[in-house]
Amino acid sequence: MLKLDGCRIANGDFALSADMEISERSTVAVIGPSGAGKSTLLEAIAGFRDLERGKISWRGRDLTDLPPGKRPVAMLFQDGNLFPHMTALQNVGLGLRPNGKLSPDEVAEVDAALARVGLPDMAARKPATLSGGQQSRVALARVLVQRREILLLDEPFAALGPALKVEMLDLVRELAAETGTTLMMVSHDPEDARRICRKAILVAENTALAPQATVDLLNDPPPALRSYLG
Amino acid sequence: MVGRAQPVNPWPGIGAAALVAALILGTLLAVALRAEAGRGLGPADWAALRFTLTQATLSTLLSVALAIPVARALARRRFRGRSVLIALLGAPFILPVIVAILGLLQVFGRSGWISDLLGLAGLPPLRIYGLHGVVLAHVFFNLPLATRLILQGWQEVPSERFRLAAQLGCDGRAIFRLIEAPMLARVVPGALAVIFALCLTSFAVALTLGGGPRATTLELGIYQAFTYDFDLGRAALLSTLQLTLTVAAGYAALRLSRGDGFGAGLDRAIRRWDGGAVWTDVAWIALAAVLLLLPLSAVVLSGLSGLARTPVILVNAALISVAVAIASTVLLLLLALPMAAAIATGRKGLVELSGILGLSASPLVIGTGLFILIRPLTDPTAWALPVTAMVNAVMALPFALRILLPAARENVQRFGPLAQSLDMRPFAFLRRVMIPRMRAQIGFAAGLGAALSMGDLGVIALFADAEIATLPLQIYRLMGAYQMQAAQAGALLLLLLSMGAFWLLDRGGRWHVEA
Repeated sequence: MLKLDGCRIANGDFALSADMEISERSTVAVIGPSGAGKSTLLEAIAGFRDLERGKISWRGRDLTDLPPGKRPVAMLFQDGNLFPHMTALQNVGLGLRPNGKLSPDEVAEVDAALARVGLPDMAARKPATLSGGQQSRVALARVLVQRREILLLDEPFAALGPALKVEMLDLVRELAAETGTTLMMVSHDPEDARRICRKAILVAENTALAPQATVDLLNDPPPALRSYLG
Repeated sequence: MVGRAQPVNPWPGIGAAALVAALILGTLLAVALRAEAGRGLGPADWAALRFTLTQATLSTLLSVALAIPVARALARRRFRGRSVLIALLGAPFILPVIVAILGLLQVFGRSGWISDLLGLAGLPPLRIYGLHGVVLAHVFFNLPLATRLILQGWQEVPSERFRLAAQLGCDGRAIFRLIEAPMLARVVPGALAVIFALCLTSFAVALTLGGGPRATTLELGIYQAFTYDFDLGRAALLSTLQLTLTVAAGYAALRLSRGDGFGAGLDRAIRRWDGGAVWTDVAWIALAAVLLLLPLSAVVLSGLSGLARTPVILVNAALISVAVAIASTVLLLLLALPMAAAIATGRKGLVELSGILGLSASPLVIGTGLFILIRPLTDPTAWALPVTAMVNAVMALPFALRILLPAARENVQRFGPLAQSLDMRPFAFLRRVMIPRMRAQIGFAAGLGAALSMGDLGVIALFADAEIATLPLQIYRLMGAYQMQAAQAGALLLLLLSMGAFWLLDRGGRWHVEA
């Protein structure tokens, strides 16, 4: 269980409060108006933002003071998820060995991950020679080898076309189910939230509310969400 | 609460900055303590101060006044070779001063090309030594720089404004009043301040073309106090005076200037519709091209004949220069890369410091201070080459930081979070992300540092004894001994070495670079 206990997250002169529990292996959407603090919430869980107060714990272990790389969290950002000067193999390999060289076994593991996301022959390619969808798949292969228990998506597929985005989200859901990963994803599209996530967190008016059933939230939205959904 | 971890470790950069600050402040302190202020300024010192200010003022005004029509012509004309010419305008920045001086002597000297022509017409030859020679050399170096600075102002005027002016039927005069005059009012003060500061500290020009009671700058005075009288107290006093001037001028330049002279994007020609007199533009561009290219071709032409019989003494000096340039470039990168990385993580204080370094940049003053510090311990001449390499690196540091910093910031911002979430350690981030992704900028900075060091004729003149010399110093000595042909061969060799070093490193950095 991921627990945010009386958290207050500062971001400049804006602060977000969060107090919630997210059960393991669940898939949760994070929805709300732009600028409400959806990314801030994810960044705090990943360790990129300090808490003013409160604590974050995972399976009873306190994460609050851990740097991002030491948390059981993998995150995909809106952009900059791959190093452009490295091959797909090297990029995925960083998930296993961020500071050293890959052993032959690890190379085999990277190859398997690339095959799993549907890019069996692309190991030597650099991101610039891959399509947007293929680049997303490389980033997902890296998440796969990272074996972190929580995956946070801060709209990494926003630049893809609608069909491709659905394809990627389906792949993410499949992978998360296979590996038992807890998934949280920021979503601007209520349909994405409905399709993928049974639960949703509403972020509005400086507060992140505890997860509730996505269907209920979207069918009977509170005022802040209603004006956003239109 | 934990402080937010950074993808790069700022401490090596802070350490590098502290070292540089200690070097500069330590030498300044040594100079200040040694200065014999009680003695006051003698008539010769006042003359040096007056001459320094006079030549810098004249050089600056002439360079900028001539640069305005040249930049205007370049901004509104498109022709074959335009981008080559604009790139060439960047060349004097890394051109060894002594090479340019020899070229200028070939063209404007007493037995130069123009004097020969005048002689055919029965006129007396030109005299290049003294104030007008110093000013001529400074215009040669700074007209191109001023042109680039001002051209940048023209390029930054949105093209919509020229379109609007054309729509309204404005003629050239109206366009000048509406668009160009306000732009110039914004750009010219910065160009004036930068060039004034550069003219204050150009030692080698005064050394070769100045001299005597009527044409001695403060820096030349420092050098003479050292070499002729060995009067350290006077050298230190003049250093203090020089330092006051350069810090004031440098501060003004920092305040007034906005861009850098070697930015990209200068090859876009502005489309405008007012026509204007083509021939005046052609004349201005031709004038600038001739002023730039004539001395350079003179160096190449006169050097070629002697190059085959290059004296051994020049070859030895060239080897020394290459070694000094390599050491200086390595040191430059060891200082600049960690500093750029530290500044990119938000260490604002270092930015300020690097600005201050630029302000107090007078190699002669630092050299004087080092000499005062080293002399009680050991023989300073034994340290001539390491000191030269070190001072060259420190002088090139502000430029290198300007080149490296935007790329370092971009990499930290764009890839820092990913590296942190992957648990990549700072050293791995530097080695696997920063350095590979900044190769082009590192190559450019290294090329600049190597070329500047190769051509430097400053602190080495203070420290070297008769046994040892870098190539620029050896050329200067040959000139002093009236061995002009050997000096010209050396100048061509030096030109090839410094331009070659720049080209090699800059190219090497951009080799196979991808986005």
